[in-house]
Amino acid sequence: MLPAELRELDRSVQSSYAESFAPALLDPGRVTPAAVAGPHGKAATKRYNVYRNNVTASLINALAAVFPATQRITGTDFFRAMARFHVRATPPVSPLLFEYGRDFPDFIERYEYAQSLPWLADVARIERAWLDAYHAADAEPLAPQAFAPIPPEHLGNTILLPHPAMRIVRSRYPAVTIFSANRGRDPFGQIEAADPEDALVTRPKLEVVVRHLPPGGAVFLTHLMSGEPLGAAASAALADSPSFDLPANIAGILAAGAFSDVKFGG
Amino acid sequence: MSMRSTVSTSVLAGAVATALASFASAAPLTEAEGKAAMESGKEKCYGVSLAGMNDCAAGPGTTCQGTSTVDFQGNAWSFVAGGTCASIKVPGDRQGSPEPLTRDVPA
Repeated sequence: MLPAELRELDRSVQSSYAESFAPALLDPGRVTPAAVAGPHGKAATKRYNVYRNNVTASLINALAAVFPATQRITGTDFFRAMARFHVRATPPVSPLLFEYGRDFPDFIERYEYAQSLPWLADVARIERAWLDAYHAADAEPLAPQAFAPIPPEHLGNTILLPHPAMRIVRSRYPAVTIFSANRGRDPFGQIEAADPEDALVTRPKLEVVVRHLPPGGAVFLTHLMSGEPLGAAASAALADSPSFDLPANIAGILAAGAFSDVKFGG
Repeated sequence: MSMRSTVSTSVLAGAVATALASFASAAPLTEAEGKAAMESGKEKCYGVSLAGMNDCAAGPGTTCQGTSTVDFQGNAWSFVAGGTCASIKVPGDRQGSPEPLTRDVPA
């Protein structure tokens, strides 16, 4: 066991080595760090490049694993080129690779060569939400019977607690249809949808399910998620979409397992 | 104040009643087929997958998919149709289990 001062010194030597080693990994324009040298102090550029390649390729592979439908739409070459730009600009901040890629959809939206695929960023947002739902905490979804003890006069100020896995992705494009068509392994025919589609992502038990929300559904759910009571959320949804169908939406969120508990009369 | 439409107590009560009444029979939201290999009614089943064929959808860095190294490894699982797991027989008088097994686990 080293004395405390020596352990502290050891840690600082290790961290300063990492600080000099890491920054050039994702920037091919930088010179090989001086600390990476051969026996006679000669720069070990070829050896350092092995690390550069491994780090870059593994992060691109990570994005490909999180965004399979996005890659299927663009093709592998386009996807990997786009991913490389993102990896270099935005390296991961967590050592957990399945957390990586939260900024990738926004990057796609700005990416010059993806402008001809305006729905691509929204498809990627659904894919990221899918993996977040997969890793969210388990919780029992709200049972329809939970509404039974609520007196009618309290329904308006009843608050629903979101299920940990619930996510909403709004799109001006038919992103749900495009996502679904590109997530399966089977070939698909012509995509007919032209209307905007909002996605509701849930995982009531083991499986992540992506649903297409009806008009006003996303506004209704967004208000409920932010802690607004049922009456106010319904009013907001109605103001947003005159065709908002309240009974169908309540039944829909129960079927989807979007919430985990109710609070009323507090 | 703007002329914001409000939902009255009676409308809300009626809507909840309608929703609960229709709940068993109808699922009003269209369910997209975005489930890849996973479909509703499937369950995890341990000890039935061939080496390297176990399921996992946990994403990069988790290294669980396709990592089982022996056939019918007890702590590797596959998705199977719900309720069928325990009835799946594999060679050598072994069966699947919804819970992880201690048999056939590589050292």
